Amino acid sequence: MVSEKAITKKDVEHVALLARLALTEEEKERFTKQLGKILEHAGKIKEIDTSKVPPTSHIVPLDNVFREDKAGECLSQEEALSNAPEKEEGAFLVPKIV
Amino acid sequence: MIFPPPLREGGLRGRVDYIPKESYEAVIGLEIHVELNTESKMFCACPVSFGEKPNTQVCPVCLGHPGVLPVLNGKAVEYATLIGLSLNCEVTEFCQFHRKNYFYPDMPKDYQISQYDLPLCVEGYLEVGEEKGVSRIRITRVHMEEDTGKLIHIGGSGRIHGADYSLVDFNRAGVPLIEIVSEPDIRSPEEARMFMQKLRSIILTLGVSDCNMEEGSMRCDANVSIRPVGQKEFGTKTEVKNINSFRSVQRALQHELDRHIDTIDSGDRVVQETRHWDDAGGVTTSLRSKEEAHDYRYFPEPDLVPLISDKPKVERMKKALPELPDARRVRLMEQYGLPKHDANVISLSKATGDFFEEVMETYEDARKVSNWILVELGALLNQANLEIDECAVTPRHLIDLLKLMDKGTISGKMAKDIFKESFDTGKLSSVIVEDKGLVQLTDEDAIGKIVEQVLAENPKAIEDYKGGQERVVGFLVGQVMRLTQGKASPDAVNRLLKSKLNNK
Repeated sequence: MVSEKAITKKDVEHVALLARLALTEEEKERFTKQLGKILEHAGKIKEIDTSKVPPTSHIVPLDNVFREDKAGECLSQEEALSNAPEKEEGAFLVPKIV
Repeated sequence: MIFPPPLREGGLRGRVDYIPKESYEAVIGLEIHVELNTESKMFCACPVSFGEKPNTQVCPVCLGHPGVLPVLNGKAVEYATLIGLSLNCEVTEFCQFHRKNYFYPDMPKDYQISQYDLPLCVEGYLEVGEEKGVSRIRITRVHMEEDTGKLIHIGGSGRIHGADYSLVDFNRAGVPLIEIVSEPDIRSPEEARMFMQKLRSIILTLGVSDCNMEEGSMRCDANVSIRPVGQKEFGTKTEVKNINSFRSVQRALQHELDRHIDTIDSGDRVVQETRHWDDAGGVTTSLRSKEEAHDYRYFPEPDLVPLISDKPKVERMKKALPELPDARRVRLMEQYGLPKHDANVISLSKATGDFFEEVMETYEDARKVSNWILVELGALLNQANLEIDECAVTPRHLIDLLKLMDKGTISGKMAKDIFKESFDTGKLSSVIVEDKGLVQLTDEDAIGKIVEQVLAENPKAIEDYKGGQERVVGFLVGQVMRLTQGKASPDAVNRLLKSKLNNK
């Protein structure tokens, strides 16, 4: 079976951007190779005939798990903000977005 | 019919194949978000509330702390199923949640739990336009997700562009949110408004959301494009966001359609992009960002197990659906003999329908009631920008007023003024009448004297009348009404005036 196109440096740059990672040139080269190898390894699963296996997203044999619609305790504002690097007027302060 | 020629690449500047504005048709699809009014959030026990202090309705789950486990609110699934069923959707047998990944400070986890290719409900429809001809708007899907937090932008103009920094309130994060997606079957801004109205009315009837656009519990995004009438292919679409008042749906879409036509007319091409509706300015502006195209990298949410439809339960729910606006419209016509238009407008708003039927419990004349609700009350509500269940007038006020008119205590003209006062103050008509001594003057001797006085003061009018100008009667009636502060019975005034004029 012909595998998908190999991972390119451009793919790595795209994924890095989506994950908001700033990679050096050296890292880009290294990760291109490493990601390629990981995909190649995962590609081995294609050698197995899965035509009769339904797509599986959960390995726990459970479905329809519900919580009762009851309101409970919340954190206090102080607790909620206790890990915030910056806060203002009871809100999380984040740097400018665009 | 002659169809205009198809659009050519590169626009139409300087070409002879110019397409007149009327030859375009609108292609609109809506994405509507509705917050459910459950007691607790979608995946945690924080209360669903509006207007609380920032970051006080939060817990480790909705703040996205590491190691927490979301657990699905069963009531939210039930409510979402009700919405799907009332939109004639099919409830899917197997449904699951996905993570929608993106970096934006309104989600603490950097992903939103949403649904992707296995939504709760699919393939329904909603019908609109009962008066001019019914259009069936197909519903693609109804899915469940969690709402995001609220951002306040500080500095600049308060918009995200030009702000110095932003503040995040996660009270809303995790509130159960339903997304309803229509097919691009809507053909005019008016139809879009009717769709929104009908949808809102259905959801209010189900009682699963407040559907308050101003408070953001109902929000609307629209995909808009145009094409020459007769063309099958879609034009390039834009997505209009921030349509956040009920009144602006039609305005925003009309503006965007006009912009598409102007763009093509001037030889340019419509750019596929997201645009922001500015309600105050009445325009849409580009939200083009330097970022790459959205890539949400959906994948199944490993923390939430799938939903397998409980078919007997769904069937039971379907049978137990309350009377929806379409059924109510038909019943209003049959039960009360209302004309189509009245039945349509009254059934389109649950609150108006309830108001009407409450009055009808103790009053008989349906046409009169519907007239007062749609014309007099409608005008007052419009002016005050209020909904019928937000104003001071209740069914009791209207019944009181109608009965005073029937008894002849007040005239129709007086009733309108009294009703306005009821609307402004919440006082019952009978109280206003008593307080002001506003009783209709029906004593014919008294009215006769005033008629005589008016005739004596207007000899020219009498001559005109004798000369065949019947319309001076209207002027003379007006004079009598003025002298009696509108209290004289119009019937008696008319009758007495005519008989006295004819005897002159």
